[in-house]
Amino acid sequence: MTDATQTHAPGTHPDLPPPLGNRGAIKWMRENLFSSPTNTVLTLLGIYLIYLAIPPFLDWFILNAVFDAGSRAECWERASGACWSVVIVRFDQLVYGFYPVELRWRVDLSAVLLAVALVPILFDKAPYRRGWFVFSLIYPVIAFFLLWGGLGLEPVESAKFGGIMLTVLIGVTGIVASLPLGIVLALGRRSELLVLKVISICFIEFIRGVPLITLLFVASTLLNYFLPPGTYFDLLLRVLIMVTLFSAAYIAEVVRGGLQAIPRGQFEAAMAMGLSYWKMMGLVVLPQALKISIPGIVNTFIGLYKDTTLVVIIGLLDPLGLSQSILADSKWQGLSTELYIFIAIFFFISCFSMSRYSIYLENKLHTGHKR
Amino acid sequence: MSAIEYQAPSFKLEDLWTDRRWRAIFVQILALAGLFAFLAYIVNNTINNLQTLGIETGYGFLNDPSSYDISQTLIDYDSRSTHGRATIVGILNTGLIALCGIITATLLGFTVGVLRLSGNWLISRMMYCYVEFTRNVPLLLQILLWYALVVHSLPRPKNALEPLSGIFLSNRGLVLPGPEFGSGSWIIFIALAVAVAGAIAFRRYAKRIQETTGKIYPVISISLSIIVVLPLLAYFAAGQPVSLNWPALSGFNFKGGLTLRPEFLALWFALTIYTASFISEIVRAGIQSVSHGQTEASYALGIRPNWTMRLVILPQALRVILPPLISQYLNLTKNSSLAIAVGYMDIVATIGGISLNQTGRALESMSIVLAIYLTFSLSISMVMNWYNKRVALVER
Repeated sequence: MTDATQTHAPGTHPDLPPPLGNRGAIKWMRENLFSSPTNTVLTLLGIYLIYLAIPPFLDWFILNAVFDAGSRAECWERASGACWSVVIVRFDQLVYGFYPVELRWRVDLSAVLLAVALVPILFDKAPYRRGWFVFSLIYPVIAFFLLWGGLGLEPVESAKFGGIMLTVLIGVTGIVASLPLGIVLALGRRSELLVLKVISICFIEFIRGVPLITLLFVASTLLNYFLPPGTYFDLLLRVLIMVTLFSAAYIAEVVRGGLQAIPRGQFEAAMAMGLSYWKMMGLVVLPQALKISIPGIVNTFIGLYKDTTLVVIIGLLDPLGLSQSILADSKWQGLSTELYIFIAIFFFISCFSMSRYSIYLENKLHTGHKR
Repeated sequence: MSAIEYQAPSFKLEDLWTDRRWRAIFVQILALAGLFAFLAYIVNNTINNLQTLGIETGYGFLNDPSSYDISQTLIDYDSRSTHGRATIVGILNTGLIALCGIITATLLGFTVGVLRLSGNWLISRMMYCYVEFTRNVPLLLQILLWYALVVHSLPRPKNALEPLSGIFLSNRGLVLPGPEFGSGSWIIFIALAVAVAGAIAFRRYAKRIQETTGKIYPVISISLSIIVVLPLLAYFAAGQPVSLNWPALSGFNFKGGLTLRPEFLALWFALTIYTASFISEIVRAGIQSVSHGQTEASYALGIRPNWTMRLVILPQALRVILPPLISQYLNLTKNSSLAIAVGYMDIVATIGGISLNQTGRALESMSIVLAIYLTFSLSISMVMNWYNKRVALVER
């Protein structure tokens, strides 16, 4: 054993690695999973729960699932798992509703343009952001003509809208329209002008005090009474208005929280500089207040997006409404779980990415004050 | 001082827009006028429409027989009862689902919120997945999913699951042994009320003693034993008037016992699981908002961990937790209106649904529904404002 001779000068021997139980995966497991008896029990319980839930679910979800059957009966004959054929066969309907097949390129186009219009709003590093913004501003007009027709395009009734397209339409319109309205309401609630203040408070508290579904019922049953006889008012338009008003009231409360968090000194300094009310709000107060309110605003948007499903109750054909009509087809009866899970996955992806984006934005705008 | 002379404001028309004081008044008058014009327009239209359609108005229809059945009622009701009674049944059903949901959602939410902060990686990740999966999927979808699971996946009553003896789970819902109150059971309820009052009084007394002398009584265990023992004593003293009514299969369904119908179960499950994920986030944020220095300072003073939690951490965390928690309770109550999707007869489904369709009194029915929700929400938020003022940090 010639190697046993000392090869390092005294004091220069490199550190030996820590003992096996004190490094790498084992150390991590000891610290994070088995640090105490209670934790060990909890971990084992968790593993058992996962063992109980995940394999049967995977089995049902993918391993034993059928993707290319022609009907439910065929599905159930072939395997015991999920029958995804219903989603695949009716996929177009779940996305477009009853929008005419030959005109569906217009929906696709407006979806692509929506993505394009969103880029400069979502990412401030987008090139040519200013010019791009102009496009984002006129996008609603383009989308309106693309979806409803007009200007030489064949008109499509809004009763034919449905599916995921309807969800996105209501969600995006509600989000775009409710933010400015919500800010105005919040300013009104904090205003020194008594009349504006009282009107804002009454509006906000009324809307927040009742469930959205009752407002949708009002839109579908009572609005006819409120308008001059013979006025025809599209159901989709009524829903859009109600959803916008609803989330504007919530946004107003979030923004009010942000306004309240701005120290008085900011208002006073702005007034001392001789800024008018609108300049003070627009240049000094709102930028700071909105920055604080971002998490709340995005949460409200996520809530609005999820609430678009309620339109099914007053008879619009969002994905849930379409799945009811698909389930009424004797070929696919009883496959509600598959349809609902498909819709749930769609909502999860959209809402989860919205909340992730809000976290990204929060971190990016967090200038200072972070400990 | 003679150089500055006060000039009486001479009013010019453009002052309405250029002078701040005049502008404030002008804008307010304009807003008021606009509001009144709008309201007058709507009221006028409504009156015109009602006249041309020949619809009577008034709340008299509440005394007419409703002629529809309600599957789950807390008070006596049949199809000959009035629309007014159907409304009350609806209110009670909304209250029932809200109460049950609030209790279970709070328990689940606090558990998940604490587990989410646990040092155990696996458990904390599992809770994270639970929260994200339930928060990001619409509640209506979850209600329908649970309903479909109960109705389609559970066995028929004949082969009902029996997890515990006497408890049956089938596609007709959950059947439990129900209590049957004989004569004299009112004594138990009185004993319960007395016990609760006694526990509250004892708590106050103990707090006063603690504040003056520092001596701490085991408040929770003593209060709990008062609340349990006193009604039990009354139960035996009154000659055991309450008996359990065991369900039994007869024909195609269960007879006897307490039945929780599928729509109630689905709604309850979904509301609990959905709201609990929001509550857990609130609890997590509340606990994290109390800085670690508080715990360390408390330990340094020699206060035991148990008491540190109860006397130092919780009171501070609760101030952060309670306001959003109450607004979650309000949300849960409002969300229970989705009951209509699975046919649970709450306030929206009774007076706002079937009664409205049968009588055509849309204006009156909807105003009742809106008024009930508004009363409820506004009174809760008034209590909340009072509480917030009371616990707000006193600053400069």
